[in-house]
Amino acid sequence: MHELPITENILDIAVTYAQQASAKRVTALHLVVGQLSSIVDDSIQFYWDIISKDTLCAGATLHFERIPARLECQECGHTYTLSRELMVCPQCGSARLKVIAGEEFRLESIEVET
Amino acid sequence: MSKIVPVVQEIMSANDSLAAQNRAKLDAAQVVGMNIMASPGAGKTSTILRTIEALAADYRLGVVEGDTANVTIDADKVLAAGMPAVQINTGGNCHLDAVMLSGALAQMPLDEIELLIVENVGNLICPASFTLGTHFNVVIASVPEGDDKPYKYPNIYRGIDALILNKMDLLPYIDFDLAYFRQGIEILNPEAAFFPISCKTGEGVAEWIEWLKVRMASLRPA
Ligand SMILES: Nc1nc2c(ncn2[C@@H]2O[C@H](COP(=O)(O)OP(=O)(O)OP(=O)(O)O)[C@@H](O)[C@H]2O)c(=O)[nH]1
Ligand SMILES: [Mg+2]
Ligand SMILES: [Zn+2]
Repeated sequence: MHELPITENILDIAVTYAQQASAKRVTALHLVVGQLSSIVDDSIQFYWDIISKDTLCAGATLHFERIPARLECQECGHTYTLSRELMVCPQCGSARLKVIAGEEFRLESIEVET
Repeated sequence: MSKIVPVVQEIMSANDSLAAQNRAKLDAAQVVGMNIMASPGAGKTSTILRTIEALAADYRLGVVEGDTANVTIDADKVLAAGMPAVQINTGGNCHLDAVMLSGALAQMPLDEIELLIVENVGNLICPASFTLGTHFNVVIASVPEGDDKPYKYPNIYRGIDALILNKMDLLPYIDFDLAYFRQGIEILNPEAAFFPISCKTGEGVAEWIEWLKVRMASLRPA
């Protein structure tokens, strides 16, 4: 799985912002993760505990905000939240759909001690 | 004192910005880049060899082969077909990323080729998260994998420009519901072009090549 390089990215970004803020340490990270981004929280957490050890982020807690996938029907304009299964528009049956939410994967903010 | 520092940065931004550099490098050399993704054994290398065969009279191609192990099996086949190939060993990684492609581009004679094909690591999950800087993406599915793959691995199908369904010669022997498969793709990516082919018999390859030529022409104004 590719969670290791991804976790390294998260660490890099957090350390950069912590240094800019002249932080002594980072206590928490707030991540926003869309349902469609195929990120496994547990593996991120697993790698995080290992790679953050000797950094400004040692011991920082990871908070995951999950964003459900929302689709907009390009035929009738109906918007709906995707359940576990892929599905056509429940209103008109069209398969012409646009993803309007659920692809997010970003670091929203960090909590630091200065 | 504790405080909250706003960040709001895409986690993949480091990869994405390197991918943008790869793209710029390809553009400067007037090379069109195509990223091919598929599960192991779907027929990536077979399709690449068919593509070389069909285009060799008009274009020079280069191929970057990504593999998790230190082998050159696929790259050797491309070299035997007379085109430059660079093998990337991902060191166990399940996908290529922009850094790896950047290393490969440095070894590729870009000014001698017009089309760069990247054979990504055989995997339906991870390559979808890592942009490379190529101009377009193609997924190769194959009949023996089953018709439910779009439903099980939706992410890989979402950012692609063309979908090849390979091993059509096996359709009579396998319970594969083409309509069900296509509906999954429709939901995920109604715009993607669809090419049922067989690398074994050559069925459907001409349509794929036609599309590829049009694509190349639109990306490389003469
Ligand atoms: N029957 C049939 N077999 C095919 C077809 N295309 C490829 N194969 C066979 O499928 C196997 C895998 O093909 P490859 O082209 O090596 O597949 P790949 O996706 O490059 O595989 P990896 O690089 O190992 O992930 C080989 O034994 C091919 O001969 C086809 O259209 N029909
Ligand atoms: Mg191969
Ligand atoms: Zn609708």
